Amino acid sequence: MKIHEYQAKRIFVEYGIPIPDGDVADTPEEVREITSRIGKKVVIKAQIHAGGRGKGGGVKTANSPQEAEKVAREIIGMNLITHQTGTEGKRVKRVLVEEALDVEKELYLGIVIDRSRDQEQPVIMASEAGGMEIEEVASKSPEKIIKVGANPVGSFSSFQGRKLAYGLGMDKSIVSKASKIIEMLYRIFMEKDATLIEINPFVLTRGGDLLALDAKINFDDDGLYRHPEIRELRDLDEEEPLEIEASNTGVNYIKLDGNVGCMVNGAGLAMATMDLIKLAGGAPANFLDVGGGATAERIEKAFRILTSDKNVKAILVNIFGGILRCDRVASGVIEAASKMNLNLPMVVRLQGTNVEEGRKLLEGSNLKFEVAEGLFEAAQKVVALL
Amino acid sequence: MSILLNEQSRIVIQGITGGEGSFHAREAVAFGSKLVAGVTPGKGGTDLDGIPIYNRVIDAVEKEGANASGIYVPASFAPDAILEALEAGIKLIVCMTEGIPALEMVKVKKAFKGTDSCLIGPNCPGITTPGVGKIGFMPNFIHKKGNVGVISRSGTLTYEVINMLTNLGIGQSTSVGIGGDPIVGSPFVDMLELFEADPETSLVAIIGEIGGNAEEEAAEFVKNNMSKPVVGFIAGQTAPPGKRMGHAGAIISGGKGTAAEKMKAWEDAGINVVVNPADIGKKIASILNK
Repeated sequence: MKIHEYQAKRIFVEYGIPIPDGDVADTPEEVREITSRIGKKVVIKAQIHAGGRGKGGGVKTANSPQEAEKVAREIIGMNLITHQTGTEGKRVKRVLVEEALDVEKELYLGIVIDRSRDQEQPVIMASEAGGMEIEEVASKSPEKIIKVGANPVGSFSSFQGRKLAYGLGMDKSIVSKASKIIEMLYRIFMEKDATLIEINPFVLTRGGDLLALDAKINFDDDGLYRHPEIRELRDLDEEEPLEIEASNTGVNYIKLDGNVGCMVNGAGLAMATMDLIKLAGGAPANFLDVGGGATAERIEKAFRILTSDKNVKAILVNIFGGILRCDRVASGVIEAASKMNLNLPMVVRLQGTNVEEGRKLLEGSNLKFEVAEGLFEAAQKVVALL
Repeated sequence: MSILLNEQSRIVIQGITGGEGSFHAREAVAFGSKLVAGVTPGKGGTDLDGIPIYNRVIDAVEKEGANASGIYVPASFAPDAILEALEAGIKLIVCMTEGIPALEMVKVKKAFKGTDSCLIGPNCPGITTPGVGKIGFMPNFIHKKGNVGVISRSGTLTYEVINMLTNLGIGQSTSVGIGGDPIVGSPFVDMLELFEADPETSLVAIIGEIGGNAEEEAAEFVKNNMSKPVVGFIAGQTAPPGKRMGHAGAIISGGKGTAAEKMKAWEDAGINVVVNPADIGKKIASILNK
């Protein structure tokens, strides 16, 4: 789960990580008030989940409360397009207003879980190349990234912070301050079940202060059950409405750009089915995993979700019945299609447990569909229906 | 022979009284598995179709000689159940549970360091050795005894592949679903190592997917250590970046973990990569018939 910068910064404050003076605002009037309270030059930052906000025109400075209000009018309500939002962009509802800092140096701090076999633990990264995307630094100048693995069974040790701080070339007067910030960042990671934390840039001011100029935290969806305070930070406006509806019914759905809607059981098979559609010359409209213990009701819901995407011109149902029985899938499909008055052409491929019963049910219904047996045959047939 | 699960395996099911646990315990028995005990704290002294149920894993080890475990308990209790099995000296621990926080698995895995116990999963369909038995929920009817080892991060896609092989008359030595989470007990490399050493396995089918670097590590191992042919497929060639494709581990992040990169790494390592998953069976048949 993703959260906004201002929400991540509130968590930083709880843990004593310094951030610039500022506040969040929903209207240009509020922006003006906050700016006059701060009493100096400010930065106004659009709050959307996607990165690349600055380049898209979602981050601007202002020298006075009046100018801040004017700038805020441009940003609030704008459709912000960045390399991460897709072409449709995201509407800005809220901005963060912060004091502009006198920056001496822009650094980078981050924590992720390193999945490689010899690590399999959180890794804390620091780099002197702040302000750039860390992936870019990693591919162009990997020597600029310093890493320290953190074994979560032990506690954080100060040397880990020192290793990074001295590695960044910091003056000894600020090393202990930096080390404390790194320790707190690690505590947030562990205590909140984060999958990624980034401060980019992590700045050193001319006055010798260290602050988190930006803040990004992603959380492990599987850890949310034990963090009600994090669940509350979810912003449904940032998510695809169909994906929200799907997650409420236990269906795993991701909207894509194609026109072949597919309903599959199992994540791996669902991905493979998308690949097959592409190989057959079509384009998948979605990823949809109906799950292992799917009921007829859930199948019906899955159908409603995938067909509410207006781009869908044909449907492929691909089920390998193990625990999930094919007859149950068939009755779910029939029920859904009849209730919804479904007119889209459809290919159904059933394999596995109770496949004969399932096929008989489908054949006995009024439903218009084509049957496929082979994996690739199914994909070819549905693409031919477009 | 086979890997991991063999004639000496004596299985205990942790969470045997739950809906999934009892259903799949019965299926496993029907498949011929030697299921010697169940464990559910508080239900000790009862039984499931005559299989004794204990409160603690250690009792199943001491009284029934259990040396392998299948875990079907909810995500919030699963790490504890894995550690209990490890502490009781169980050598093969297979956890089917989905939804365990990644940082919990990081801690659990640290506990396995220096032990000779093997963890499969979590979030996996389990392991099947045809003719011997199974732990987990792969459907019984798809398997056939033979010489192809199957390793996969997925569930139903694995069934497809096994079924495809069986329909072509090609049997399997052992099929292992290693799980779809970012941190799994045994990555591909561990399984490749076992299959390479197993005299009953003559070819390995490996099914990877987007996200992480387990496939790249497998490539490295195959290049340096495998003498047996390997056939591979990577799911998610059409997956968009930044989206979690069902499995917690299946996410392309920062441009890394794409299917294209993984397929390239496999090809460079001499793995027979198939682009179309429907061709896996045919490819394997052509290599075996050479």
